[in-house]
Amino acid sequence: MPRHVVAPVADIPPGTRKIVTIRGREIGIFNLAGEFFALLNRCPHQGAELCRGTLVGLATSPEPGVFELSRRGEMLKCPWHGWEYDIRTGQSWCDPNDTKVRAYPVTVEPGETLAKGPFVAETFPVAVEQDYVVVDV
Amino acid sequence: MTPEDGRIIPAEAQANASRVKQKVIDCDVHHALRSGRDLLPYMATRWHAHLEEFGRRRPVPFIASSPYPKTAPALSRTDSWPPNGGPPGSDLAFLQEQLLDRYNIEYGMLHLLMSGMDERNQDFGNATCSAINDWQYENWTQKDQRLKAAIVVPGEDPPAAVREIARWAGNPDFAQVSMVTHAIEPLGRRRYWPIYEAAQAHNLPIGLHSSGNNGHAVTGTGWCGFYVEEQHNVALSQQQLAISLVCEGVFERFPKLKAVIIEAGYVWVPSVAWRLDQHYKRMHREMPHLTRKPSDYFRSHLWYSSQPADEPERPEDLRTVLDWIGWDRLLFSTDYPHWDMDNPEQAFKLRLSEAEQKMIYNENARAVYGLA
Ligand code: FES
Repeated sequence: MPRHVVAPVADIPPGTRKIVTIRGREIGIFNLAGEFFALLNRCPHQGAELCRGTLVGLATSPEPGVFELSRRGEMLKCPWHGWEYDIRTGQSWCDPNDTKVRAYPVTVEPGETLAKGPFVAETFPVAVEQDYVVVDV
Repeated sequence: MTPEDGRIIPAEAQANASRVKQKVIDCDVHHALRSGRDLLPYMATRWHAHLEEFGRRRPVPFIASSPYPKTAPALSRTDSWPPNGGPPGSDLAFLQEQLLDRYNIEYGMLHLLMSGMDERNQDFGNATCSAINDWQYENWTQKDQRLKAAIVVPGEDPPAAVREIARWAGNPDFAQVSMVTHAIEPLGRRRYWPIYEAAQAHNLPIGLHSSGNNGHAVTGTGWCGFYVEEQHNVALSQQQLAISLVCEGVFERFPKLKAVIIEAGYVWVPSVAWRLDQHYKRMHREMPHLTRKPSDYFRSHLWYSSQPADEPERPEDLRTVLDWIGWDRLLFSTDYPHWDMDNPEQAFKLRLSEAEQKMIYNENARAVYGLA
């Protein structure tokens, strides 16, 4: 799996995302409070551009009339029919065993390491003094 | 369902590699007004002042919104807001790009979710319907010949509705007549028959997309608590509508009339028709005007749009349903730009033969609407 440098860390602040194209695939890179995750930009249900969806929390309820909202901003809701996916795993909320959006491993690497290679950074120069988001595709 | 293999196909290649090979006739496309003022150029000045002073008044307490919060703003896909502003469906160029061009749509049947039929001031309602039709003609069907409008009529004032039908009948830009489905009475009632008479005379189907307000909850069981309920109750209300058309004898009186039930799915058709047949065997003396069993009308006078696609655990179960209803009854529809829209390439999890695809995606609609 070639490793692709997709952006300087500072380009994707916490709570934001960036959609990049790597070897013909559109992939959404999400920053969740400093942790990075990458998902394929296509919903397994009917093919919407999933990574343009809204970030929501998990709504749960121990009994009627009581509800809790947890994991704010960690679920990605499809722009079309609203299926929700766990950004950390790509697992679907409604069908966690069988429906999953493809997730890719992401790491943060210092520019110094990257300078040594072998990495692919197609669109911008890598500077040693910065950290970068790297995706295995 | 299998996880994606990670291959992203560019939109162009995807259109070519579409699972649906032939061109699609989309039987439910929603265009939209940017604002109610878009209609003013098509209305007498008297109504401009009326709109300012009184506004639209429908028989509901919800003047500027709907009785249920929809799941998404403007009821729409969150990616369908035109980049140049305005609500989803209001920008022709963006609708062409996101729907017509992207999915190889040969014809798109337009349904505006707004009508003058449920306006309480009847003259204003009539003027609104006429203005909607002029607006559709100038701004949509004349600008893209793939789009076909419905003649929006003020059904609670049948003589006015008949005049509006006569104004447009024969114009190829208009493919059907549409009324709101939440009317003062169920649409099979005789007060609406002059409209069916005119539609039949002009060989125009009646397109019945769930819409309008009549002051009641969407079904007769009262106001439900959740949009999930309302979303399904809409389909139940369409079933009641079909039952009314059949039982009142509309198709006996107008044997060439065609009606299209839009946005209610279709899997309910067998169970409703079976139940009516059972009642008919026992109580036909109450409806001696029906010369055939109710299910016959469901299979000869009614058509059904496909969306929202049913997704049973075993997709092949849909085959049994369609075998019963008749493969010639189903009309593919996306419902673009609404949030529950169906993608022509992926909506049917059921494996369809090429002949079946041709019927559902194209030929059935071509026949019902008499499209060239
Ligand atoms: S396409 Fe994503 S939920 Fe249907």
